[in-house]
Amino acid sequence: MDVLEIKDLRASAGGKEILKGIDLTVNAGEVHAVMGPNGSGKSTLAQVLAGHPAYEVTGGSVTYRGQNLLELEPEVRAQAGVFLAFQYPVEIPGITNAYFLRAAYNEIRKARGLEEVDSMDFLDRLEEKLKIVDWEPEIMSRAVNSGFSGGEKKRNEILQMAVLEPTLAILDETDSGLDIDALRIVAAGVNKLRRPDNAIIVVTHYQRLLNYIVPDFVHVLSNGRIVKSGGKELALELEARGYEWLEDAVGAAS
Amino acid sequence: MSSSVESLVNKEYKYGFVTDIESDVAPKGLNEETIRLISAKKQEPDWLLEWRLKAFRGWQKMTEPHHWANVKYTPVDYQSISYYSAPRTQKPLGSLDEVDPKLLEAYTKLGIPLSEQKLLAGVVAVDAIFDSVSVGTTYKAKLAEQGIIFCSFGEAVREHPELVRKYLGSVVPLSDNFFAALNAAVFSDGSFVYIPQGVKCPMDLSTYFRINTAETGQFERTLIVADEGASVSYLEGCTAPKRDENQLHAAVVELVALEGATIKYSTVQNWYAGDAEGRGGIYNFVTKRGKAAANAKISWTQVETGSAITWKYPSVILQGDNSVGEFYSVAVVNGRQQADTGTKMIHMGKHTRSTIVSKGISAGQGQNSYRGLVKVLPKAEAARNYTQCDSMLIGNRCGAHTFPYIDVQNSSSSTEHEASTSKIGEDQIFYLKQRGLNTENAISMIVNGFCKEVFKELPMEFAVEAQKLLGISLEGSVG
Repeated sequence: MDVLEIKDLRASAGGKEILKGIDLTVNAGEVHAVMGPNGSGKSTLAQVLAGHPAYEVTGGSVTYRGQNLLELEPEVRAQAGVFLAFQYPVEIPGITNAYFLRAAYNEIRKARGLEEVDSMDFLDRLEEKLKIVDWEPEIMSRAVNSGFSGGEKKRNEILQMAVLEPTLAILDETDSGLDIDALRIVAAGVNKLRRPDNAIIVVTHYQRLLNYIVPDFVHVLSNGRIVKSGGKELALELEARGYEWLEDAVGAAS
Repeated sequence: MSSSVESLVNKEYKYGFVTDIESDVAPKGLNEETIRLISAKKQEPDWLLEWRLKAFRGWQKMTEPHHWANVKYTPVDYQSISYYSAPRTQKPLGSLDEVDPKLLEAYTKLGIPLSEQKLLAGVVAVDAIFDSVSVGTTYKAKLAEQGIIFCSFGEAVREHPELVRKYLGSVVPLSDNFFAALNAAVFSDGSFVYIPQGVKCPMDLSTYFRINTAETGQFERTLIVADEGASVSYLEGCTAPKRDENQLHAAVVELVALEGATIKYSTVQNWYAGDAEGRGGIYNFVTKRGKAAANAKISWTQVETGSAITWKYPSVILQGDNSVGEFYSVAVVNGRQQADTGTKMIHMGKHTRSTIVSKGISAGQGQNSYRGLVKVLPKAEAARNYTQCDSMLIGNRCGAHTFPYIDVQNSSSSTEHEASTSKIGEDQIFYLKQRGLNTENAISMIVNGFCKEVFKELPMEFAVEAQKLLGISLEGSVG
């Protein structure tokens, strides 16, 4: 089943066109890697799918489980099961991780007509989720991302993903700023969350992460377009040859 | 930021209704006759009338202080205000059963049930002030068993004149400042609390202030005395109907904490703030001060969300050795609101300690100023102060200002001042929206986190109310 179908998507920020016609179809059970050099539009694609107000969609369509995703408010997209693991998660001083996560979890439940869970039930539920990212419960009483290390912030994103159980998760440069141990924990967490009924888009600059989260498909983004798609071996080829040969090839073709 | 949310700014003020009740209203204007009238209506003793007249004569020589506070407003015409308004009743109220049902209904609408059976037993005792007079004090008998006096000011003057006379004006002298002098001249009622030596008040005491009648000022006076080793927690809430003209509220609160006593005073102020164009709303010009004897502690906690203009500096005079003063404040301005608020901590005794935590939130076109004085006098050996002053801005048209004054005259003391300013960013809101929260809930969560250090000082049920209020005051404020 199609989870996501992107057709000729164009988007700009501050009057400058960044996405220049993206086509991408993602099915349930699949992991897609979107790679590309800095400035190619990878993070913009992630932000546009989540509905960041700084980007204006100028053309094309995005269908998520049969719905026009682009006409939905960001929170409605989240409630419908679209999750973005942020490259730079924000800090929320004074609000504990536990309170924040329960609020998010309950908003999503409410939107689906389910009853809210109280804090005791929620804590029970959290226990198993914490294991996914190999964390102790103490982390739940700290303020959201406040004073967290770069690695802890990324781990927290994956914990949120584990709790919110999205149908479509977009991981935006989740590997950036991680040391090898943190990378392993985060990647292992994501692997535990792969299911036949969900899909994951991994946005990354480096192949390194894909050693741990092995994708079904790899797409290379350059100058706002997908210029090459392939299997997991494409990532290895990029690692060996860099992005330039592809960009040169595209340049020559156009 | 998206302008569509801006249309939500003008959330209806929930407490803006007017109660249709017959009132005894004094003719507009202020002169010695007005003061004699108020005093006569309240059947006051001569000494109190003299005290009022002395305050009035002093006030006439004073000028309204609108040069130093960071607020702009049309000067008040003191001759166009009525200084006394009382719901019309035939005789003095003996019990709550005699209170006009319309009044009780008004308080029920405000969420303050006055009938004792409706209150959870032993949680909170309430004194309700409607316009100028107290309409009923609950749980009086139960408190009296421990010698605690909790009644309207007028009743205290009749029943406990020696206590009132001893402490009235002992913290805020009648000549203290323009608005305090005005209050001393015309105050009509308020609450009085006395906690005897060594008694810990078994429940929170609460006063609820309501301005109803148009073109009246409200000038209540609260006096709380905690005798040696006593302790009390006192809550104050306020609302007023929506009216196009400004209404003046000039209150005085005096706290007397004798040796080893503790007074905790919490306020949730939600006076009508005026409309989006700045029409109407309450001028809240209030003097609040406490005096702490040796080993005593006075703690002010305030959540200020209402009023067109707030001018208020709950202060502590740390007179005795080892006394402690605290000030925890959240001040919110939205629309055209202006607040100039903060505290004064005057360290006189040795080893005195004070803590100031101020959280200012500015939204819409609001202007929020923190003004604080930390003064350490020569004899205040090893005095310590810690001040934390944080401002949060929502949108691009509001302002946050900080005016800290530090005056240290003892070299063994220490003062610390920390300040920060932050802006709720689009990225913060987007992050929370991406987790399923709508814009209002996102802002509310960020702001509540920002205010957490203050909210945790509030009694439980007040903290819940404060959080809700904050959400309402800031609804749609991201523009």
